[in-house]
Amino acid sequence: MTMTSYLEFEKPIAALDARIAELRETADTGEIDIESEIERLAAKSRKLLASTYAGLTPWQKTQVARHPARPHFKHYVAGMFDDFLPLAGDRAFGDDKAIMGGFARMGEQRMVVIGHEKGDTTESRIRHNFGMGKPEGYRKAIRLMDLADRFGLPVVTLVDTSGAFPGVQAEERGQAEAIARSTERCLTLGVPMVSAIVGEGGSGGAVALASAERVLMFEHAVYSVISPEGCASILWRTADRAADAAEAMQVTAADLKRLNVIDRIVKEPVGGAHRDSALAIQELAKAVREELETLKVLSPAELRAAREARFLAIGAL
Amino acid sequence: MNWFSRVRNSIPFIARQDSTPDNLWHKCKACGEMVFAKEFEDNLSVCPKCNHHDRIGAASRFGMLFDDQIWEELSSPTVREDPLKFKDSKKYVDRLKAARAANVGNDALTNALGRIHGNKAVVGVQDFAFMGGSMGMAVGAAFILGTERAIAEKCPYVIFTAAGGARMQEGILSLMQMPRSTVAISRLHAAGLPYIVVLTDPTTGGVTASYAMLGDVQMAEPNALIGFAGQRVIEQTIREKLPEGFQRSEYLLEHGMLDMVVERKDLRDRLGSVIDYLMAAKAAA
Repeated sequence: MTMTSYLEFEKPIAALDARIAELRETADTGEIDIESEIERLAAKSRKLLASTYAGLTPWQKTQVARHPARPHFKHYVAGMFDDFLPLAGDRAFGDDKAIMGGFARMGEQRMVVIGHEKGDTTESRIRHNFGMGKPEGYRKAIRLMDLADRFGLPVVTLVDTSGAFPGVQAEERGQAEAIARSTERCLTLGVPMVSAIVGEGGSGGAVALASAERVLMFEHAVYSVISPEGCASILWRTADRAADAAEAMQVTAADLKRLNVIDRIVKEPVGGAHRDSALAIQELAKAVREELETLKVLSPAELRAAREARFLAIGAL
Repeated sequence: MNWFSRVRNSIPFIARQDSTPDNLWHKCKACGEMVFAKEFEDNLSVCPKCNHHDRIGAASRFGMLFDDQIWEELSSPTVREDPLKFKDSKKYVDRLKAARAANVGNDALTNALGRIHGNKAVVGVQDFAFMGGSMGMAVGAAFILGTERAIAEKCPYVIFTAAGGARMQEGILSLMQMPRSTVAISRLHAAGLPYIVVLTDPTTGGVTASYAMLGDVQMAEPNALIGFAGQRVIEQTIREKLPEGFQRSEYLLEHGMLDMVVERKDLRDRLGSVIDYLMAAKAAA
């Protein structure tokens, strides 16, 4: 277990783990009978971790979904696929590294994968613009979906963004139009499309890549119309009420499953995907493979019809 | 004149509503000039002094658009009300009640069927006066209903957008109106029918990032605020002042996001002409 940072609500677990580490150091110096105490504390820590994560509030889940050590696009791609061939650029303006994509192969199943990349170091976070896509990123996604559609490759998207980038140039280049067209492209694909909300599903910037016939979501991921902070600062006039906003907006996987906005919840390792990335990635790979398998039998027209029906049914009486 | 106004008007000491000083004059929100309310109304709620296009509701819009001022208002669809039982400083159901009490309609989007220059069209008008025009399930359902009626009538769907964005009180279900409205547009296109967007002040957020930007022809009224991200959010992100005219109609036209900026007085004719072009082949077939 590699742990670098504990979240605020994990403090009791952090205290236990610190105590265990302390004892281990002592044990290393030769005190063998400490072993049973370490085991007792470790069991207690595991139990506390499991119970904490079984009862996370929407706001706590938001923090888990944003955890810096949570796997990102590059980790999923490396762990899920046997091969990945990145593709770049929108052929009009540039290459947006907040939205990555390319050809990928899972066993014999070839596909196009597209997703947000937040980056995991200061330098890479800046390069990937913290996963906040710009118009050229969404237009690259459209181009890759066009490619997938023409050559019969399924599309898999991995959604992890706080939202599309709010900037002057992004607006000038048509951020809204790019998002609208990307959403439209998802909905008109004649090939299977599976989306997974793996971290943060932030508003329109997420929908643009998540308008699929099968939408999966990690157990502790969140998906919402606006960030809890943004919602709180508008409706409560202070971002301090973010926890209330997260609660009221119903942003968790369980909420969204009940509302039929997502189709399947993918279990995370105890303590969240960041505590065992490899296991989380395997779970996601398995779910994606199964979903693609069930969609394989559908014709392009059936796929489009299924996708349309899925979205029209959401929220229906 | 109905019996009530007859009785009321015959009583000399009760001032008639429309002759109070409040209603006699209109103060322009942009330039502050006072104009006779009648003159302002005759000028389609556009300030004769500074050309500010004031926000208007569905009925006024339909009145200035359809041939002979005749239209059939489409009944508003029934949707689940307050699906999340949402409450912030106020209950969402109370906000809805207050909005309805203000008499601007059942929700923020109203459709009507009529003719423009002889061509049939279904027109949807989003009213900013109803909870900031925000897009929730009712708006999404009305949008879908409007496109379905257009398909049934084999005519274009024209939408006048005005919204702060998605209706937060409906959480993810408001966000889902982005793909839902997009599906409706795809169906209109599959039927070979035009979808025309007229952006009015203001159109921002999730509305802009879905059906407001997918028009076959994109028009906007002058100086309308149109954008994805809010100006305050952008300023906080880039930490500098925004350029002159940023996110206004003319700026969007300059940056290739619109086909034309059209004054309100010319909208009816311009729409008539665009519909004529787009429907000509269909009419001949």
